[in-house]
Amino acid sequence: MEVTVRIRRYDPEVENPESYWQDFPLTMDDSATVLDALIKIREQQDGTLSLRCSCRSSICGSCAMRINGQAGLACKTQVASAIDDASTIVIEPAGVMPVIKDLVVDFALFWDKIREVEPYLQPQGEEPEGEYIASNESMLHLSSVTSCIMCGACVSDCTVMEVDPTFLGPAALAKAYRFTADPRDGDAKGISQERLEKLAAPTGMWDCTRCGECVTACPKGVAPMDRIMALRDQAMEAGLNNSNGARHAEAFVEIVGHSGWLNEALLPVKTVGITNIPGLMSFLPVGWRALIHGKMPPLVHHNIEKVKNVRKLVKKLEDPPPE
Amino acid sequence: MKYAFFPGCVARGGCPELYQAATLICQRLGIELQEMPGASCTGAGVLQEKNEFLGDTLNARTFAMAENLGMQIMTICSTCQGVMSQANFRMRKDPEYLARVNKELAEEGLEYRGTADPKHLLWVMIEDVGLEKLTELITRPLAGIRMAPFYGCYLVRPTDALDMEDHPERLTALEQVIETLGATVVDFSGKTRCCGFPILTINETNSVAMVAKHTSDVKDLGADAMVTPCPLCHLNLDGYQPKAQAQAQRKIDMPILHLPQAIGLAMGISRKELGLQKHIMSTKALTMKVGAG
Ligand code: SF4
Ligand code: SF4
Ligand code: FES
Repeated sequence: MEVTVRIRRYDPEVENPESYWQDFPLTMDDSATVLDALIKIREQQDGTLSLRCSCRSSICGSCAMRINGQAGLACKTQVASAIDDASTIVIEPAGVMPVIKDLVVDFALFWDKIREVEPYLQPQGEEPEGEYIASNESMLHLSSVTSCIMCGACVSDCTVMEVDPTFLGPAALAKAYRFTADPRDGDAKGISQERLEKLAAPTGMWDCTRCGECVTACPKGVAPMDRIMALRDQAMEAGLNNSNGARHAEAFVEIVGHSGWLNEALLPVKTVGITNIPGLMSFLPVGWRALIHGKMPPLVHHNIEKVKNVRKLVKKLEDPPPE
Repeated sequence: MKYAFFPGCVARGGCPELYQAATLICQRLGIELQEMPGASCTGAGVLQEKNEFLGDTLNARTFAMAENLGMQIMTICSTCQGVMSQANFRMRKDPEYLARVNKELAEEGLEYRGTADPKHLLWVMIEDVGLEKLTELITRPLAGIRMAPFYGCYLVRPTDALDMEDHPERLTALEQVIETLGATVVDFSGKTRCCGFPILTINETNSVAMVAKHTSDVKDLGADAMVTPCPLCHLNLDGYQPKAQAQAQRKIDMPILHLPQAIGLAMGISRKELGLQKHIMSTKALTMKVGAG
């Protein structure tokens, strides 16, 4: 098949370096991968094209780049599935990390974040006499996280890292979860309190927008965002409720549990039967209040119909009766 | 065409102009909307952080109500759509899980049978109404207007829960509608990125930086307006644009339209009826250009 590979190139060694597009027309087999195409370009058309690769089978994590605007592994993407109607594929280096040359980016930021979460087991308390025991289920649960190949695709496309490189980011937070969810890490009950405290601080778990980009980008099913949500749950369970993020989630549950929908949170209301609306209001995120107050005429608030049923559900599922 | 209408909290709260514009265009399109006064909030993904099972149960409750009405659900909020789709995805692929959920609903005499297929107005437009029908109703084409699409996260990710494999048209739906309205699409890579709203209260600087990035990107591409199917994207991109301008130290002045407002403009509905005067960023230059005063 005839294809055009449009590559975002950059050479730091020319005077006034600037990135530019270059098109490479070539013929590829139907089964070829994007990596095959890039290697063919390097071998046959332009030996100066720089890229990283090694295993060619989605194991080593070297070949992450943006393919048609979305991060992924070049060796895992078929040319046939990536071409558009004009038989073109657009290739750019991974995002967020600075470009060194062509498709090669500087991974220092990526590794800094991984190091920051101290990616090794830290058992506390007394050492067991024999080995540390971990159940089969707990290890199976972790297997999808441990399959991370450190390719950086998630970091490339992370919405928050794009504007703020101090954010720990999807790969490191998923890695952190690999330890907080490991029964051998933390105290005797497997609770990694200190870790969770650090992770709940600014630039940590609560800074994620839940945009899902990392889930789409990850070639290994690690689903970093889902791990971050699990971290938030662990943090709240561990009593770390003193962040805006945790307060937000808790206020939300309470408000839905009271009136069935969110309106009440957004309005100064006098209600009968519920005591602490002003209190709830005050710990509702400033943003909601500001936005809504600025924009909304004070309507008369009403609960949803049959709100009692919603209240019951929330109460029951939030505080399940002891078994 | 009749739907069980799920406007979402924000269209009834912070963005009443969205609710109003949506009901106006639905009238003209011949879409009947049946409110579900007993439906609760979807949880917006926030409640799910704390308790996903509770979130799924609340959504199943709404789905069961729609089943009892014999109607499919239509929403006008991307976030509601995403959260409902994800809940539905979890319940439909796992009968045991659904049974657990139904156990909780039994007390209220409800049961979710797994037949709900909630659809955002945007999807209803291209899948059920059809763009031909829309074309017929256009009396004031938005010719000469350059419009940038902004989907927001929940209408594009995760692709499995949103059934993108069976509905690839959903990935370009907004562009298709913009073209049908007679406007020119301003394509930009940020169109499927996050607006920043979910972290507004947690890290305002970052949230505002996202607003600045998207709005100035489309400004630099010569857009007259941005259009979004998500009221939360609207709240952030419109409401926080003044702060974004201060942060980026530049003028942006980008009107942010709700999808039904853009459609309504092309249908000849007045500026006022569409609530276009209620935005933080002025839409006046845009409506003048369209000939809507
Ligand atoms: S979900 Fe969170 S971590 Fe993942 S890309 Fe989005 S902001 Fe980054
Ligand atoms: S989480 Fe996925 S995308 Fe991120 S580094 Fe690991 S394998 Fe790559
Ligand atoms: S070359 Fe090893 S992952 Fe692509």
